[in-house]
Amino acid sequence: MATAAVEVEDLKKRFGDVEALRGVSFGVETGTVLGLLGPNGAGKTTAVRILTSILAPDAGRASVLGIDVARHPQSVRLRIGLAGQYAAVDEALTGRENLRMVGRLCHMARAEVDQRAAELLAQFDLVDAADRPLKTYSGGMRRRLDLAAALVHRPPVLFLDEPTTGLDPGSRLDLWGVIGDLVVDGTTVLLTTQYLEEADRLADNIVVIDHGSVIAEGTADELKARIGSTHVEVVVAPDDAATARATLATVGVAAPPDAQHGVAVQITGGGQGVLEAVRALDAAGLRLESLAVREPTLDDVFLELTGHTVGEDAA
Amino acid sequence: MTPTMVPLDDAALDREARLGARQLVADAATMSWRNLLRLVRTPQLIVFSTIQPVIFVLMFRYVFGGAIKIPNFPYVDFLMAGVWVQTVTFGALNTGVGLAEDLQSGLIERFRSLPMARSAVLLGRTTADLVRNVLVVALMTLIGFLVGFNYHVSFVGLLGALGMVLLFAYSLSWLSALLGLVAPNAETAQAAFFPISAVLVFASGAFVPVESMDQAWLRAFARNQPVTAVINAVRGLTLGGPTASKVVLALAWIAGITVVFASLAVRRYRKVA
Repeated sequence: MATAAVEVEDLKKRFGDVEALRGVSFGVETGTVLGLLGPNGAGKTTAVRILTSILAPDAGRASVLGIDVARHPQSVRLRIGLAGQYAAVDEALTGRENLRMVGRLCHMARAEVDQRAAELLAQFDLVDAADRPLKTYSGGMRRRLDLAAALVHRPPVLFLDEPTTGLDPGSRLDLWGVIGDLVVDGTTVLLTTQYLEEADRLADNIVVIDHGSVIAEGTADELKARIGSTHVEVVVAPDDAATARATLATVGVAAPPDAQHGVAVQITGGGQGVLEAVRALDAAGLRLESLAVREPTLDDVFLELTGHTVGEDAA
Repeated sequence: MTPTMVPLDDAALDREARLGARQLVADAATMSWRNLLRLVRTPQLIVFSTIQPVIFVLMFRYVFGGAIKIPNFPYVDFLMAGVWVQTVTFGALNTGVGLAEDLQSGLIERFRSLPMARSAVLLGRTTADLVRNVLVVALMTLIGFLVGFNYHVSFVGLLGALGMVLLFAYSLSWLSALLGLVAPNAETAQAAFFPISAVLVFASGAFVPVESMDQAWLRAFARNQPVTAVINAVRGLTLGGPTASKVVLALAWIAGITVVFASLAVRRYRKVA
């Protein structure tokens, strides 16, 4: 039995002159979240559309829960939910009507549809707006409804295509909470995003994709480790700068300081490394004016891997 | 068996994937319901669907009624066939625009990821438009009666005529559906459909007898196109005269348009989104 809920092997897709996918492979372990991270046009959405049976690949294989998507698309559709970046809900219907429509199209019994709709409206904090037309919904409410619509038939595998693109920070945090809860319930999630913070926050594993190819994969920590480690920056009195530099040199590698009287060091070992640095400074009897720890972000990872930052094309 | 348990052999997967006629009908009904709710809740569409045909009946009856003389019948009796067919021909636009909007909004993307019957999206859309047309045609007929329209054959003949108009409307829905699926957006679908429907309606016997057109090529076109064929059959069924061959010709056009454009639209639907 395969433990991977989603498997993609050497997937290729071309649209005219554009090679959207140039042989992409990855897997998502059951019950985990995979973040498919990349800039606009990287091929993330194409991969999701192939996995959700909407698009046929030119070559390669995609399977969900061990079921080949090309050979048994209908069986795959019974087991997946899709929420897209273009909140695909019917503007003319109310929230409840949208959920009922999806339930009926999944051939659930009428009573079960009504019960499930009520349950999801409560879970996604849409009870008050349930019977209002979507025109009155905010962007965040619309996305929550879109996500709820993907969950009506309780799919064990969920595809989220840029679930928070275009949302304000508050709504984004809300949605992150909701997605986190789903994972606790055992749902396998494949999430595409161009937000490094989002992948870092939600994903167990990250696959970085650019121009149709996988350029890196691993946990957020593994990816960060590739481009160096934690920076500790301390600010001391001018007379203490030399001592501080010598002390920090014993726990890490000197890094260029970036504040007046600042001394910076790059350390390994995460929190433990920071603790050792603090202990060493304390033992040397130094008085710190400030101490800051800076973790590398996935933005740094992306810049390192591709030579350009997320959102900026490789021109 | 719950969907989370994976039956790995092909036969079991094929079995669970099979959709019967009951699911197809249920899915098409759900899609029709959703499209009709949309119609009811979009005021512009209601105005467009109801007020415009009423205005056309009144305008043609009173503005052109004095100028155009038809032998043997009051103009309004001749006119109604033209206004019915004109209204459903222009109204067929709704099908394509609706589908183009659903494509643009990403709704069709969602439908395609659901375990629903594939063809229900198109069937539901065309069925909803048929329901709308039933109401529109009924309303126009009522207004027609109020301004002096009379049928000269029988009530059954009138019902046959209205049925013919609705069948023609349904066949045009499929042409419109194809345009809606091919067009990159709703505006383009609308722009593509208008010239087709305008030529069909105005270069026809809808409002003037074909014989009154002064160009031979125009008469030849007008005589041999579906709108004229349907209008001739509808006039036969409401005004009298030799009718059977006209009805057969009109039904042949309707069947041909439906078969050709429904298969093209279904094929196109499988590719898009």
